[in-house]
Amino acid sequence: MNETHHLRRMTTIWVILSIAADLLGWFVLGPHMPPGRMTETAYHDQLDFNILLMAALPVLIGVWVYMGYAITVWSAKRAPEPVGGDAARGNRRAQALWISITTVATLGAAAFGTWALVVDHGSGGGEGPNPIWAPGGAAQAETAAFSPNSGWTPGQALPVQVIGQQWKFTYRYPTFGGFETSQLILPDNATIVFNVTSLDVIHSFWAYQLGVKADANPQVNDVAYTETKQLGSFMVRCSELCGIWHGAMYNSGQVVTPSAFQSWAQQTEAANAANTKLLPPFAWTYVPDANGANGGYYPNGKATPYSSVEVYGSKNPAS
Amino acid sequence: MTISAERPVATSGGATTTTERVSWTQRPGIWSQHLGTAIVGAIVGYLLGHWLGNAIASSYPYVQNSGQNVIAVTLGEIFGVAGWLLGIGALNYPLAKLTGRQPAKEVDVQGWSKYFRYSTNHKTVGLQYVVGVLLFLFTGGLLAMAIRTELLNPTTHYFSADTYIKIVSEHGTVMMMMATSIVVGPLGNYLVPLMIGSRRMAFPRIEAFSFWVFTAGYMVIFSALPLGGFPTGWTGYAPLQTQAGPGMIGYLFGFAVIGMGMMAAGFNMAVTIINYRAPGMTWSRVPILVWSLLATSALLTLATPTLFAAGVFGLLDKTAQTAFYVNEHGGSAYLWQNLFWFFGHPEVYIMALPGFGIVGEILPVFTRKPLFAYKVGAAGMIGVALLSFFVWQHHLYQSGINPDMRPLFMLTTELISIPTGFIYLVGMGTLYKAKIRFEIPMLFALALYFNFLIGGVTGVFLSDVPVNVTVHGGFFVLSHFHYTIMGGLLFAFMGGLYYWLPKMTGRMLNKKIGLWHFWTMFVFFNLTFFPMFIIGLLGQPRRVFTYAKNLQGLNDFSSVSAFLLGFSFLIFAFNMVYSLWINPQKAPANPWDSRGLEWQTANPVPSYNFERIPVVLSDPYRYSEPGAPAVADLGDAGLVHAAPQD
Repeated sequence: MNETHHLRRMTTIWVILSIAADLLGWFVLGPHMPPGRMTETAYHDQLDFNILLMAALPVLIGVWVYMGYAITVWSAKRAPEPVGGDAARGNRRAQALWISITTVATLGAAAFGTWALVVDHGSGGGEGPNPIWAPGGAAQAETAAFSPNSGWTPGQALPVQVIGQQWKFTYRYPTFGGFETSQLILPDNATIVFNVTSLDVIHSFWAYQLGVKADANPQVNDVAYTETKQLGSFMVRCSELCGIWHGAMYNSGQVVTPSAFQSWAQQTEAANAANTKLLPPFAWTYVPDANGANGGYYPNGKATPYSSVEVYGSKNPAS
Repeated sequence: MTISAERPVATSGGATTTTERVSWTQRPGIWSQHLGTAIVGAIVGYLLGHWLGNAIASSYPYVQNSGQNVIAVTLGEIFGVAGWLLGIGALNYPLAKLTGRQPAKEVDVQGWSKYFRYSTNHKTVGLQYVVGVLLFLFTGGLLAMAIRTELLNPTTHYFSADTYIKIVSEHGTVMMMMATSIVVGPLGNYLVPLMIGSRRMAFPRIEAFSFWVFTAGYMVIFSALPLGGFPTGWTGYAPLQTQAGPGMIGYLFGFAVIGMGMMAAGFNMAVTIINYRAPGMTWSRVPILVWSLLATSALLTLATPTLFAAGVFGLLDKTAQTAFYVNEHGGSAYLWQNLFWFFGHPEVYIMALPGFGIVGEILPVFTRKPLFAYKVGAAGMIGVALLSFFVWQHHLYQSGINPDMRPLFMLTTELISIPTGFIYLVGMGTLYKAKIRFEIPMLFALALYFNFLIGGVTGVFLSDVPVNVTVHGGFFVLSHFHYTIMGGLLFAFMGGLYYWLPKMTGRMLNKKIGLWHFWTMFVFFNLTFFPMFIIGLLGQPRRVFTYAKNLQGLNDFSSVSAFLLGFSFLIFAFNMVYSLWINPQKAPANPWDSRGLEWQTANPVPSYNFERIPVVLSDPYRYSEPGAPAVADLGDAGLVHAAPQD
């Protein structure tokens, strides 16, 4: 069989299988791929995943078809003899084609990923204290965070602080008096500005269905954005090893209607008022005292000489 | 004072020509230096260091709930390693030099006892490494079985949360330590001189040092368990590292010790390859495995110092109250992440490149074809090594630092798939219209291409920042790197063992048992790790002892497959024992009809490898030409042509 026949056969098998796999991937699996479509961020992350999957499946199938074909057709039936002729020569055209295709595919993937990252405001990943891909209204939300009674109205971005500590997440709502709760309730159709920090070691706030993941670092405000699009509950897990009970550091949250959110926030603010008074004033980050991971150096509960941020601990217990 | 004796030394030809002063420590017998004295040295050293630590820092606050003083533990570990090296004889030469004495001549001890000594023979060191890395692999594998046992059920727990996280941490660290040396140590040390036509490695003492430091690292990392273990996983992130108890010393010092061995091995390998090539062994004739080991050596030499420094900083934080990683005192936990991954990502390629080199050697032999696009393959390995220094922050996409750098690191990470693709070009091109023999080494080589493809393609998903939000820190990434390291490197290593052990031991491994080993390992590897992609996509983070109830079916499937995967390693171990001791079959000098220079020597390989330094005449992959030029002029044996065809 000549070279053309082999290539034609392999190409035919590859094209048929690739089209079938891509169709299956896009239409059957695609809509169910994580993280779902609960937020704009999740939607884009899912779209990104599916597009990469469409590119990856033909690559996988191509190599597997080729290997399968080689193993089936070119196995030595008897004692092997040297392979000569064209098959033994380094085909420069094939080499150039391979390198060109992989280069174009790679640059294309990087360009597409960058576009998606920028368009989707950081794609739900933690951008650190100085985010560069903020959605509209995010800056105002961060300013409003220091106006304890500004509340929230539909159309506004909502600042939420996520505090990781061994081994739970708690949430502060700065525009509602800065109350702290273990419930994460969010309004639908709203831009959410997560400000993620930690009181001890590094955690990672992973709101699975929201398409949000941001490391919670002590003394760092890691900002991540999302825009809620669907009502329902979502899972929160810690995805950075944070010690013995890392596996148990999970809870769930809910996206509710704007009115239900306002009602819940106002009620919780009132119910928690006594506790809130014991909390340190809202700040982007907090320093742990003797109870914290690196505690013991300043057991009197004062902040270190290097920082003017607020202190959580025996004098200012977390709720 | 060194007690010496006059001892005749035989040349490789067998004629006694001279006498050398031989230290009593080198003479065979119970009072010489060997593994036993090393163990005694380590125990005495640890006790001495521990006592000293308590003596000089008795007022130092003990680590909470541990009853341990970290100064004492740290000094115990340091003195223990020093005692180990002193006991094995690694320090004889430098101490003699330091004190102005003439170092005693090392003797190439014959017989079994040489494997328990500080041997400077590269073939002995290679075989010592084989046993060493397999010991690492099997203990790490047992820990993996424990992890999969715990994950059988989300609510019924076989271990406490504390024990489980220590097992996870120990497993990851041990396996990573093992994987950095699994090819460079055993196959690199044994084969590189033979493949490039040299009689030895450039620095035989450094070579021996690298092995005995490697074994010291094994003991140090396992010493973490009796010290209370460490909860940080293999990544050792601060501040959890700072918070952890004295077991953390075992991790930090263990990586520093292993790092010394890696640097020594890499430096020695690079110098050997560059300077000890035989005449005629031009860069265009260097075997592809040697190219891969050169690239790996560059990474070992240049990236590992960062790991060493990071470990020492951590030790200083825990003992001398420095604050490299302590935010409150002006340090930064990000410093650890950056240092660790600046080493850690090149390390990924330290664990990939040698595997590519092995399959590059195996394919032409079992396809009877030249290696396709040899120069592109070599360039790919160098390209991967270079680019690997510019990708480390893709581990930190969600960490909160440098958002503006993410597009750059996404680009560099994806760019690395171009030179990695060269390896596939080499492999697929070599298979084209080949005459494939499905011997065990070839099966493992083909399996690498199957497995690593999955690992590589899923790596593109991880490199993409938006998708990374979902897959970072979960079982998806866990499965990805097992596909690259275990599915790539470990399969290649196994293929390499089946391929080269006949040369290294003079015994053929049993093919039938080997087939059982291959198929069980290949099938159950994929059945273990492929479901983990789905588990990760469905939201299960890494290193957890509990998970959502709806994921139990997939986790159980993965666990049962993992147990059977573990069983495949027992088949391998049985094959080793059966083929080497129970029913040994003598291996021909060149059982695979290879043109490789290493196969042109007799079995067993003579002490000095070659009667005289060979003159290399052609590249080792000219299988297409029955009348191809000789591979090398080996002197007395005459020109060595390609092995005759059956």
